Amino acid sequence: MSTSVLSRPEGSTRSYPAYSRPLWRRVLFTREFAVIALLVAVIFYSNNNVPNFDGPLTFYYLFLDIAPILLIALPMTLVIITGEIDLSVASVVGLSSVLVAQLHVEAGLSIPVAGLIAILVGAVCGAFNGFLVAYVGLPSLAVTIGTLALYRGIAVGLLGTKAVTDFPEKWTDLAKERIVEGHAYPMILIPFVVLAIAFVLLLHFSPFGRGVFEIGLNDEAAHFTGVNVQRTKFLLFVLAGAVSAFAGIYYTLRFGSARGDNATGLELQVIAAVLLGGVSIFGGRGAIHGVIAGVILIGVISSAMRLESYTVNKINIVIGTLLVLSVISTSFLGWAKDLWSRRGRGSGPSSSEKNGQHRQAVAADESTNER
Amino acid sequence: MSDTLLVEPSAVSPTKRIVGELLRSREIAVGTVLVLVIAFTTIKSPSFLFSDNGWRDLLLTPSLLLLLAVGQTAVIITRNVDLSVGSTLGLTAYFTGKLFVDHPGLPIIAVFVAGLLMGALLGLVNGVLVAFFRVPSLVITLGTLYIYRGIFLSWAGSSRINPSDLPHGFLDLGTKQILTIPVLTIIGLVALGLTGYYLYTARGGRELYAIGSDPDAAVLYGLPVTRRVIGAFVLCGALAGLAGVVYTARYGTVSSNAGYGMELQAVGAAVIGGVAIFGGSGTVWGAAIGAFLLVTINRALPVVGISDFWQRAVVGALIIAAVVLDRVLSARQERRLIAARDETREPSA
Amino acid sequence: MKFRNRRITALAAVSLVASLALTACGGSDSDGGSDGGSGGSASGDISVTFLPKNLGNPYFDISDAAGKKAVESYGGTYEQVGPDTGSADGQVPFINTAAQQGVSALVVSANDPEALCDALKEASDAGVKVVTFDSDTNPDCRDLYVQAATSEGIAKKQVDLIAEQIGDSGEVAILSAAANATNQNAWIDLMKKDIADNHPNIKLVDTVYGDDDDQTSFDKTAALLSAHPNLKGIISPTTVGIAAAARYLSTSDAKGKVALTGLGTPNQMREFVKDGTVTAFALWNPGDLGTLSAFAAKALVDGTIKGDEGDKFDAGDLGSFTVGKDSVVLLGDPFTYDKSNIDDFDF
Repeated sequence: MSTSVLSRPEGSTRSYPAYSRPLWRRVLFTREFAVIALLVAVIFYSNNNVPNFDGPLTFYYLFLDIAPILLIALPMTLVIITGEIDLSVASVVGLSSVLVAQLHVEAGLSIPVAGLIAILVGAVCGAFNGFLVAYVGLPSLAVTIGTLALYRGIAVGLLGTKAVTDFPEKWTDLAKERIVEGHAYPMILIPFVVLAIAFVLLLHFSPFGRGVFEIGLNDEAAHFTGVNVQRTKFLLFVLAGAVSAFAGIYYTLRFGSARGDNATGLELQVIAAVLLGGVSIFGGRGAIHGVIAGVILIGVISSAMRLESYTVNKINIVIGTLLVLSVISTSFLGWAKDLWSRRGRGSGPSSSEKNGQHRQAVAADESTNER
Repeated sequence: MSDTLLVEPSAVSPTKRIVGELLRSREIAVGTVLVLVIAFTTIKSPSFLFSDNGWRDLLLTPSLLLLLAVGQTAVIITRNVDLSVGSTLGLTAYFTGKLFVDHPGLPIIAVFVAGLLMGALLGLVNGVLVAFFRVPSLVITLGTLYIYRGIFLSWAGSSRINPSDLPHGFLDLGTKQILTIPVLTIIGLVALGLTGYYLYTARGGRELYAIGSDPDAAVLYGLPVTRRVIGAFVLCGALAGLAGVVYTARYGTVSSNAGYGMELQAVGAAVIGGVAIFGGSGTVWGAAIGAFLLVTINRALPVVGISDFWQRAVVGALIIAAVVLDRVLSARQERRLIAARDETREPSA
Repeated sequence: MKFRNRRITALAAVSLVASLALTACGGSDSDGGSDGGSGGSASGDISVTFLPKNLGNPYFDISDAAGKKAVESYGGTYEQVGPDTGSADGQVPFINTAAQQGVSALVVSANDPEALCDALKEASDAGVKVVTFDSDTNPDCRDLYVQAATSEGIAKKQVDLIAEQIGDSGEVAILSAAANATNQNAWIDLMKKDIADNHPNIKLVDTVYGDDDDQTSFDKTAALLSAHPNLKGIISPTTVGIAAAARYLSTSDAKGKVALTGLGTPNQMREFVKDGTVTAFALWNPGDLGTLSAFAAKALVDGTIKGDEGDKFDAGDLGSFTVGKDSVVLLGDPFTYDKSNIDDFDF
């Protein structure tokens, strides 16, 4: 979020020391794998110690519950890697939920058509955010706090006191159907997996994705290396809007009920999961597999704690603590590593750091001159 | 990037400068909108302003958000944000009620101090985590938002605070007026005045601005960044704690969702009042007027006949308008400053 | 070339870890499945889970506390879970969990008649007996509904109270709970009808929603008064709403001029009845509602009743109850509290 240089933990900048380790260590000894390991440990523990956790329904419900967070976390990861944030996603979920209901019930459109229009509107909502952030240059935190209230207000205003509940059974059943009868995987995982693969390709295996990381590390520098910073950010916000709208349709059908206040507060859950998954809030660092593990981790912990009959307040304390610990641990480890390397190599790194900073300052200066 | 004065202020005549400053002042712009909203609503329904209740509620209702927005401003100025204020408010509100239940004879002033300290403690936790570990405040306070609310709910359990648990003297504070101004509003205004004075004149206050406009420069310059940032969070927590006590006095009951979602309103009020989200600029006066505007609009809409369902949409549009306005103004100023700098730089370049 | 090889090694390492992880949970999955099943059937006693609209709501705290006492009186295990705000999607995960735990019965107050349905049906399929209390779902989603009083009775009571207090003419408004609350909306519709049919001089000017939140209800009351200067009465059919409205009125100059009635608990309202803000209000005993629900759950689990019309069961101190049409059990009539009797009650 901020453009501060000193406080940013070392990101995925490629430097030679990092490459001196073998690849398997570089892949396994990462934050992402720490989260995955923790997830496996929690699942293993819960399987053995939490009554009924190993039952056939656990993971089915788990996936149904976290599907909206899983879906929205994908574009949110990219948005946060560029150093921006989108707080309005949950309001877009609510708005799309209301729209599907209104278009289906009032205007008599079929669910797919209504859904398509809702996704378009979601994309427009995202485009509005994106326009203000990327082209007008406003801080995304402020903009999306505004649109958080705005989109939610439109949703609640449109539907008023009502809750629309008459959706065709065919569609509400589809939202809960399992891919293979008897297994734990609900149908919603198919679009999720498709989207996840698409986002992995986009972020980790495309020039666009490299641009996303570069923007997060330094958007001025990204601009000078030919990344279209404005267009990239704009597109990411559009994607966030569209995917949130899709999650809204799922939400509506899963609960069979469209209300203006659907999914209130979901944005903080999504962001918590993304950050837990190893994405740096400063931008420039993160990976999709870590985020997916982060979302599932939160889901598994909530599910296990509910089975142990802990109620929502204890669950919140645990998730909050985990979030705080996860960020502290990164910076603590970074700090320890820094101390270690400084002791080993004298004042080497600090002088090069200053150098880089100086260069950056010059670049910034030049760009303001150009304007 | 910072607004270093490249044009000598004294080059312009004092009267011109004051007039110009007034015209550009964000506080005056937001204040004008506030006055317009009040005027328009009063024309529709005179009792909005002129009845005793209308006048009292006009001043009383914003007092909570006023306290939160003032504290939030101190934090935002340092380029941080505190999302946990809503939970802090809830937790201290319950703490206040609990104090009265457990120690019925406690003097009211002691309870105010206790609430303030409780809030300061919660703020200290945020501050220490953010400043010592150098981690983003957004994440830390998002975490403590969950943690504080969880603690509040677990602690409160199924017990809650009812008006009958509280002494009459305390409940009366909720509506007592001195010279027609409600006591709780006076508390809010005093907190506003003290914080505003500190930020405007004291060395520590100016350093908060310096830290916010360029954290790295502040470190290199030798400012006590860690201490100041912790201080800002403690101040914000303490004011949220005070708001918790005020909440209990005003509403008399504390249930599990006290203060739910207030954090975004507090940030919104500050942003509307011209506090830049990236720190370094803005005043508590602006944030205070922003808080008054947000709350007053909420109260005015039903009177004007707009369904209360649309309130949130209006508030959202207002926040965006405020941010866009900021951008337009600062872009204009930046252009002017760059032009001025290019002139002064010409020989050296 | 070497780079490529390393990448393959890394891939192998990753997939090894992943497959280890998967087999780890897969293995214990199949082992534990039978474990859980046997564990569920081994425990013979009755486990009842109460799921209120939201936690920290004094009304539900009373009924759940009484439910706990009742469940423990017949040797069952009691559990209370719930979301922190009154929303249907917050309740669904808890219903799912109850289904997984295989509790004997789930006693739930629904935030939405439709949205909980599928989850409740799945719980039902898993062998959980579903009792709704206070606020119902659609009749086909639950085994039994424990109703505090008939909706008609509740609506008529409140309209009669307000009519009496304002002299049967003038403007009134309603301060309700959440905009989607099943029971409140049903009462509001009936009240509107009753006012139109029987009280031609009373005009219902506005309905606002306080979301069962103190602060919101309080501020909405203030807004009501300034939006409708001629308002003579407020009906608040929710315990949170009436307490907040009373608190606002008691400190405003509308005290004594604007009548307030609705559904409230004596402990919350005592102060305002005594200081003259509120003349009379109504409610059943929420504790009895919890007790009755707990015994209804037991009767369903025992197989004493199936939820058919005419089934009879025993509810401890409350006596014997008969299941009515649509599997509804009725607790009784709402009771009116005023200055003369409020000190006799403590809940």
